[in-house]
Amino acid sequence: MDIQLQQVSYAYAKGTPFEKFALHEVDLTIKSGTFQAIIGHTGSGKSTILLHFNGLLKPSSGSVKIGDRLIEAGKKAKDLKSVRQKVGIVFQFPEHQLFEETVLKDIMFGPMNFGVSEEEAEKRARELISLVGLPEEILEKSPFDLSGGQMRRVAIAGVLAMDPEVIVLDEPTAGLDPRGQKEIMDLFYELHKQRGLTTILVTHSMEDAARYADSIAIMHEGRCVLNGDPRDIFGDIKTLAQFRLEPPRIVRFQRQIEKMIDKSLSKVCLTEEELAFEIGQAIPKGREGQ
Amino acid sequence: MNEILSFNHVTFSYTPEEPDARNAVEDVSFAINKGEWIAIVGHNGSGKSTMAKLMSGLLLPQQGEVRIKHNILTEENLWEIRSQIGIVFQNPDNQFVGATVQDDVAFSLENNGVPHKEMVQRVQEALQQVKMEAFINHEPHHLSGGQKQRVAIAGALAMHPQILILDEATSMLDPQGREEVLTLVETLRKEIDLTVLAITHDLEEALLADRIIFMNDGKKYEEGTPAEIFSLGDKLLQFGLDMPFAMKMTKLLQAQGVQLVGQHMTEEELVNDLWTSNFNK
Repeated sequence: MDIQLQQVSYAYAKGTPFEKFALHEVDLTIKSGTFQAIIGHTGSGKSTILLHFNGLLKPSSGSVKIGDRLIEAGKKAKDLKSVRQKVGIVFQFPEHQLFEETVLKDIMFGPMNFGVSEEEAEKRARELISLVGLPEEILEKSPFDLSGGQMRRVAIAGVLAMDPEVIVLDEPTAGLDPRGQKEIMDLFYELHKQRGLTTILVTHSMEDAARYADSIAIMHEGRCVLNGDPRDIFGDIKTLAQFRLEPPRIVRFQRQIEKMIDKSLSKVCLTEEELAFEIGQAIPKGREGQ
Repeated sequence: MNEILSFNHVTFSYTPEEPDARNAVEDVSFAINKGEWIAIVGHNGSGKSTMAKLMSGLLLPQQGEVRIKHNILTEENLWEIRSQIGIVFQNPDNQFVGATVQDDVAFSLENNGVPHKEMVQRVQEALQQVKMEAFINHEPHHLSGGQKQRVAIAGALAMHPQILILDEATSMLDPQGREEVLTLVETLRKEIDLTVLAITHDLEEALLADRIIFMNDGKKYEEGTPAEIFSLGDKLLQFGLDMPFAMKMTKLLQAQGVQLVGQHMTEEELVNDLWTSNFNK
């Protein structure tokens, strides 16, 4: 599902002395099926923009198009429910939103709220629990008896149970240990590919943005200042610094190597594996292993 | 040695009435000397945060003992001992109580009945230590994550603690915020002879420590210098952690057939080795 923000501005506490603009004339188009990362310094407007993707906030001016639904400033938006069913948001620390007596009921809550039958909702819950890497027995447990990492997976299953076409992730791995982080991100990436989802990742992990995204948008002081190919975005360290961002560690390391050998590698590398391969290629032939 | 904190066969369970349940911390012993920077690492649920609570007397062990400066921590001496320990938690937004930065830093001083004149002075001093004195009248929610954690550290420092516990204090910060906090902790340690105990699963952060205690499933799996701990290699992955960037790159490069001498923990070492073993021939 395509998402298009046109000239979106948003002011908190509009019309009061505390009015404060968090977004300024943001233009951003996310094509259906894209894995889009949004990065930016703390306070850049990342979180405010996120709330526009399913109508939780409406623009103070400009418009947001989600699929064929248009949400315009100053106009009453009817039936946002259908939008919210198609765009699932996984908020930071989603485990804080668990509330039901059992994991099963918690996962079923969302879809049933959107009119899915009990039978169908349960079927989805049973499928999803293994998809998020948890044993089926857990469905009968109280969500509050689970570990932090398990609770997060349950919360994610709850969002997936609504069968969204777009999934918006707000720092989905915060607080998890390194293995948990990788498992969760790999899970989203798999789902993205398998189900042909549009995925929007709001993060300050440059490493995750580099590894998973097709396109990276940079927010700075409430504006969307750049949107493009990860190699172009992260290859330009000077521009990133203007927006108070640093490239991923991999890119910094690549630049260090390039300086040392006084030669550029054939491309900006986005994963450790890629970089190891490129360095291997750059070693003068016939000298390896001597 | 100048021991400041130790665990002696400490065991703790959140559900002691259930004999089958796994202990959150099981038979853990270690000792920390004054002025050391210790990192406690381990996967989610490995017992790290329970250990922080045991050190500060928020929990008391069912077996074994926790000693602060050789005194066994008990319900009786808890308050006295606790005043020597400052803790900074993970979420900067959950630990603000004051309406302004200075109120917030003053909170525990006020609770402890410090006279007003001294309080003003200590707040000023603590904010200078974390380089936030310019923000003294700011509202906490207008600060960045890194700034908030620095204020939280100031709040701890104002009590003049001997030990500073950072319970995943950098895990919710952006890269700049993390850098800010870690640089500050390094400086403080030199300036005021603070003992630092950092609970973390960020291995780059653990690399900064003098020693690492590596927890797995509630037990101490290993204890040693960063070099010793990271030489465990794949064991780290198996127990939910990761390898520092330079080590991971070393392994991947070797898999590409690139000649390298040994394992490297820092980028600098790796770059130098790459140069001498491959390019400068």
